[in-house]
This record gives sequence, structure tokens and C-alpha cells, in this order.
Amino acid sequence: MISISHVSKSYGSFQVLKDCNAEVARGEVVVICGPSGSGKSTLIKTVNGLESIDAGEIKVGDFLLAPRVTHMAALRRSVGMVFQSFELFPHLSVLSNVTIAQTKVLKRPKAVAEEKARALLARVGLSAHIAKYPAQLSGGQQQRVAIARALALDPEVMLFDEPTSALDPEMVNEVLDVMTSLAKQGMTMICVTHEMGFARNVANRVLFMDGGEIVETAGAAKFFNAPASERAKAFLARILKH
Amino acid sequence: MKVDLSAVASVAPFLLSGLLFTIQITVVGVAGGIVFGSLLAVARLSPNRLLSAFATAYINLMRSIPLIMVIFWVFFLVPWAIGWLVNHGRPVAVGASLTIYATFVLFEAAYYAEIVRAGFRSISTGQYAACEALGLSRFHAYVYILFPQAIRNVLPILLTQTIILFQDTSLVYVISATDLLGAATKIAQRDGSLVEMYLTVGVVYFLFCYAASQLVKWLQGRLAYGAR
Repeated sequence: MISISHVSKSYGSFQVLKDCNAEVARGEVVVICGPSGSGKSTLIKTVNGLESIDAGEIKVGDFLLAPRVTHMAALRRSVGMVFQSFELFPHLSVLSNVTIAQTKVLKRPKAVAEEKARALLARVGLSAHIAKYPAQLSGGQQQRVAIARALALDPEVMLFDEPTSALDPEMVNEVLDVMTSLAKQGMTMICVTHEMGFARNVANRVLFMDGGEIVETAGAAKFFNAPASERAKAFLARILKH
Repeated sequence: MKVDLSAVASVAPFLLSGLLFTIQITVVGVAGGIVFGSLLAVARLSPNRLLSAFATAYINLMRSIPLIMVIFWVFFLVPWAIGWLVNHGRPVAVGASLTIYATFVLFEAAYYAEIVRAGFRSISTGQYAACEALGLSRFHAYVYILFPQAIRNVLPILLTQTIILFQDTSLVYVISATDLLGAATKIAQRDGSLVEMYLTVGVVYFLFCYAASQLVKWLQGRLAYGAR
């Protein structure tokens, strides 16, 4: 489904991504973890072209993304993204947030788009909040709207860039529950997250990044029980101490 | 000296017609200025260097020239310019009203452009990323997502600029147009009622501007997202 090969990127003299290679199969859930500044967010943003790449190529389905490819409408349509800080449109109601791209990008009739939005908002447990504005919702609710907004375009792949990092602890689970059920329904997902419980229980595989490199790729159970690299061992020791 | 306010009552219709023209200039200046100014703001923020350089130059030029000079130039030079272009060098009469409308749109657009640009700059980069990630075209993103937020973020400043524009309309006296101040001046000189006329006009300007500034205050409280 997704193949990342020899991808590199630099900001000036600082190389954020160093020859990254990864494959994600259809229906697979992959978690990217690693210390902050390791390039996780940059890597996930290259997959839908939010970050350009300097070398290498990325294939998403039939779409080939290489340096200097600029026409990405087809790619954006098949890849949904959820951001750390939600990025809902504050001047639009919850319902409009979920319909706007459907009507403008996919040219769906308004009634069809609204029906789809209602169904998705019901699926993430927000039927009661359809007419509200983002500022009237809690962080966890906003992030669930953001997930519904991305799903509204029927993406083949969902990218999650630290979806729970900006949430109060008691709201993390409502978002992880939605992500888990999405994974169970067979969605192809790449998640940058620090939620190791989610990684262990839901992910098929873990990519461990450090210093812009993909240091280790392993099945989730193997990664947590017997990490191969010293850097992964040190990372896990640090975050699983408590 | 005697102040005789009954002198005002008898010329009220004439003053009102002046006020009407003042309001017309303001409405045209605000509507045209915000539309043209928003286009200038988008042009200035555009990745296209040529477009951005043109918009920047236009804005800086207009903001460096006093309004009174722009009114003069448009009034005296544009008839010659049009004549030179289409009428074998003979100047074409443009008319005071049209000159004034055009001047205020062209001039105020530069100020509105900078305000709208500030509005765009105050939107988080994440919003731009969200538009891109959803596959919205640049046009759709600007029209439906970014512009509404930009305007909302700077609405109080836009209104403040509009109050300034309303006051600036009084400068059209330099080409003898009959706005509120122009009407009052003409009456004052005819009847020798300078104090009464300028007092009346001053009060009218004050009332309009004070009401508008109260509106700004009220809006600032209402505009926070999610405020009811």
C-alpha cells in the first residue's frame, strides 16, 4: 500500500530524515515512535506531501511522490490526516467541518455529504454535538471530530500525528478507542504516538526512529519484549520506567 | 457674538444631502477598499514574487502619500491621462463624484490590505496544513477557510479604519465637493454662520464616530470563538 524508499530531507545543513525505508501493507497499523526530534512527525508528513522530500520516493497506492512533485490532489484525497492540535475550522460548525471537503473536493451534493457526516459523527460518538462549534467541545471531542473530518473523504490510509499529545489524560482513551475500532475495521494506519499501550495492543508493527533514521522495524510484541537495537532499549527504558 | 441655532434648521435639507454624500463615499470606500484590499493582501502573501512585489509596491506607495494629494492627482491628472489614451490628448471630464469614489477605493485599499494581511498572518500554520491535507484547492481554502477567519480576527481594526475613512471624507472639500463639511462651508460662507455650521457638523461627526467605536467595543466581546 505504502512504500517509502530512500527518503532523505534536510533543513539547511540539518538532516531530519536519513535514507528512510519502510513498507506498510493494506490494512496494517504501524506506529512510529522514538525520542522527540527524531523525525517522526516529518516522516509521517512526507506521506501526504505536507513535507517535501529531497531524495528518494514514496508510493501510496498508485501515486508516486518524488522530490519536486507538486500536483498532489489525488494523493490528498486518498490519505486522511489527524493533527496533534486538531486544526478544526473554528468558524464552522461540527457538521460543516465534516462536510466542507466533501462538497468542495469530492463535489458531493450537500445532502449526501451531510448524511455521511452524520453517520461518521455518530460513529465517533458525537451525534449530540453536530450543531456546536469546535470551541464549545472538549479536546477529546474535537479530536474525534477531526477524525470524522478526515474519514469523510473515504481515505485508503489514515495518518495520525501525535493525536493524543495535546489532550488532558482523561480524554486520551476516547480518542484511542476510536482509533482502535478504526484499526479493527481494517483501515491502513500510520500513527506517530507516545501511547505505548496502544502501540503494543493495536499496532502490527513498530518503526523506531532516532536521529532521523529508522533504526528498527519490528512486530509490536517483539519490539516491546525484545528490542534489537541498543537505542530502542534505551528509549523504552526511559519511557516505561514508571 | 451670537450663536443662532435656528439658522441650522432652515438649511437642514442641504446639510442632510451633504451627509448623504459623505455616507456614500464611506460605503463605496469601505466596500471597494475591502474587496480590492483583500486581493492586494492575498497578492502580497502569494508565493509568486512578481505579484507579491507589485502588491507590496502599491501598498507602500499609497501609504506614503497624503490622501489629499491623491485626491488632487486623480482629479486633475486622470482626465488628462484618459484623454491622452483615448481622445487625442483632449482631457475627458470624469466628474467629482466618480473621482472621489475611485480615489477612496484605491487609497483605502492599501490600508485595508495591511489589516487583512495581519488577519491572514494571525491564522495558525496548522490551519493551512489542514486545508492542504483535506485536498482543498488554494482558492477554496482562501474563500471558505482562511478569509473568514482572517476577517474575523481583524474585524475591530477594520471598523476602526472605517471610522478613520469616514473622517477622511471631509478632505473632498479640496475639489469643492459637497459632502457634509462642504455643504456646511458653503452655507457658512453664504450666511456668515461659521460657528453654528461648524458646531453642527462637529457634533454630527462625533455622534457617528462615537456610535461606531461603541460598536467596535461590543464586537470585541462577541467575537471570541464560542462566545454566546
